[in-house]
Amino acid sequence: MQGSELTRAKVRSALVFLAPMLLALALAAGWPLGRTLWFAFTDASLTDNGYSFIGFENFWNSEWGGLLEDGNWWQAVGNTLYFTFVSVALETVLGVGIALALDVPFRGRAIVRAAVLIPWAIPTVVSAKMWGWMLHDQFGLINDLGMSLGLLDQPVAWMANSATALTAIVAVDVWKTTPFMALLVLAALQMLPRDIYEAARIDGIHPVRVFFRVTLPLIRPALMVAVIFRGLDALRAFDLMYAMTANNESTMTMSVFARQQLVDFQDVGYGSAAAALLFVMVAVLTAAVLTLGRVRLTGGAR
Amino acid sequence: MKLGLFVGAASIAAGTFVTTASAEEISISCGALGIELTLCKDGVKKWEEQTGNTVKVVSTPNSSSERLALYQQILAAGAGDIDVLQVDVVWPGILGNHFIDLKPYTEGAENDHFQAIVENNTVDGELKAMPWFTDAGVLFYRTDLLEKYGREVPTTWEEMAETARIVQKGEREEGDDDLWGYVFQARAYEGLTCNALEWIDSYGGEIVDAEGEVVVDSPEVVSAVAEAASWMEDMVPPGVLNYTEEESRGVFQSGNAVFMRNWPYAWALAQSDDSPIRGKVGVVALPRGGEDGKHTGVLGGWNLAVSKYSAHPEIAADLVMFLTSPEEQKRRAIEGSYNPTITDLYQDEEVLEAVPFFGDLYATFENAVARPSGVTGEKYNRVSAAFWGKVHEALEGNEDPETAMSDLADELGSVKRRGW
Repeated sequence: MQGSELTRAKVRSALVFLAPMLLALALAAGWPLGRTLWFAFTDASLTDNGYSFIGFENFWNSEWGGLLEDGNWWQAVGNTLYFTFVSVALETVLGVGIALALDVPFRGRAIVRAAVLIPWAIPTVVSAKMWGWMLHDQFGLINDLGMSLGLLDQPVAWMANSATALTAIVAVDVWKTTPFMALLVLAALQMLPRDIYEAARIDGIHPVRVFFRVTLPLIRPALMVAVIFRGLDALRAFDLMYAMTANNESTMTMSVFARQQLVDFQDVGYGSAAAALLFVMVAVLTAAVLTLGRVRLTGGAR
Repeated sequence: MKLGLFVGAASIAAGTFVTTASAEEISISCGALGIELTLCKDGVKKWEEQTGNTVKVVSTPNSSSERLALYQQILAAGAGDIDVLQVDVVWPGILGNHFIDLKPYTEGAENDHFQAIVENNTVDGELKAMPWFTDAGVLFYRTDLLEKYGREVPTTWEEMAETARIVQKGEREEGDDDLWGYVFQARAYEGLTCNALEWIDSYGGEIVDAEGEVVVDSPEVVSAVAEAASWMEDMVPPGVLNYTEEESRGVFQSGNAVFMRNWPYAWALAQSDDSPIRGKVGVVALPRGGEDGKHTGVLGGWNLAVSKYSAHPEIAADLVMFLTSPEEQKRRAIEGSYNPTITDLYQDEEVLEAVPFFGDLYATFENAVARPSGVTGEKYNRVSAAFWGKVHEALEGNEDPETAMSDLADELGSVKRRGW
């Protein structure tokens, strides 16, 4: 950009003001990320201090396979994608529903709005432990309720069976994160111009049609941002699975896999390779969603 | 990823480490809570009075895998924050590089301890840790229920399963719907490795043999896993797939199981005043795998090691020798029913009075089977995780035992190709 003296001065002062933030970002995010990427190409281990550059061997090699031939890694990828897709889809639908309900004025709305946020406010590890006990096969509340209501013949070991464990984890995540979705959608709903709805009502258009033709297109940008946030969160999900089922392969996500390699197996190189691949996958998926969804993070509605 | 960070944090911590001129201060990590911590603190106090040195008892996480992670981070950074470390029997192979050789300080004292543990703690001819207390899996049973149905105490897994099914069926017909035949630890974690290793050892199988060859697809291993998988069908609560020691003790101690595999600690609790099954519990060695099998129990327990990065290794070693001495082990056996590692203490009358089954199960404790941590070294955690993962799949019925074990052999083969 070629500009006047004034523009150049503005750019200069902007840079000066941005510098501390950029520096902090480089230290807090850039450096660890760079180290992780570097370690991904080494055979570093916590058990001895020496390590050497081994190229792409952590990702693929003919000797012991590497990450791309590791069945556990691909299972972790599958679990993560399943978890992300199902939980974000459910949270979006439920979140929009709850937001629409909370957008209608009624008595005590403020209290309900605050109450809805409670699951989101509880630390994940606490809610994971809480649900772990509620889902317990011998002492759990869910089985007790199911049995006394006649829905279950005998107690189900929700967390022990790999078929139900991932479903249970999705359910807990939906319980926890739907309020976040609802709140973001509610904020978008309250920005909408009321005159459009008046026009629709005068024209006698069915409310369902109004929702799909008017409301949804208008809140779409905000909704997409919320979906991307949740999607990113879900792709690197760790605490819920780790607290509820530890290192169980059938519920392991990519982050749990990377932690197991890094901490339990002391394999800094291999674990970093997994973390690097996780980073690349998150970046690619985000770029894809942004492009396909034509989302403009910069705002500027045109 | 965080190597640099660990070094940084550890050197800050090391910088604040205070030493006094005359009497030295060292630090020990032992236990995290309850009676284990109390017993350690009492022992440390006695040593302080004898020697004039002071000891800081460092608190560490209760979960052993979290504790291992912490140790590894401290030791990988070469920090001497903790002089004396309480280490699990499977750790000498993983952490051995960071410990000093205790041989020069023992004056032969290790010869009085169980040789299996001393061998386990010896890496490349160096004694990396002194045995402190031991553990082996044992079978708990309900004496009242066995008597009611006229059943003998089982000596093979097949008999155990038969009795468990008979009692479970009988009690359920009488209306006790919550009663199960057997509980054990089958969550996907180290405890499942211990349980499953006991089955396969009792049938004469191994995961990895002494030469480091993967032998987990042998017929003995497959029949052991198949036997265990058959229990899952009708005599074990399905939730056992997510149970650790305490969950299984919960079921057994509330009177809802005929048999339980657990560590000896459960005995003192099952016999405590508020226990519903007080006085109705027996403890025997784990059953044999078929008529030709053997009684076994996996070696557990904890040892004391001295960090190579300690500023006062000889003082630290002296504390280790004090805490592992016969007097201390006897006190710990009587006060907390911690299994001594010194053979003579199993004939000590005061010890036997406090914990009667120590005498009967002497052979189990002495011949406990070690997990393959020595031969697989720092890859042990990887081997164990692969093992418990596949056994869990087989128990859940997702894979038949034969396929699961042959898949496991492939998986371990690729771990081995990276070197152990």
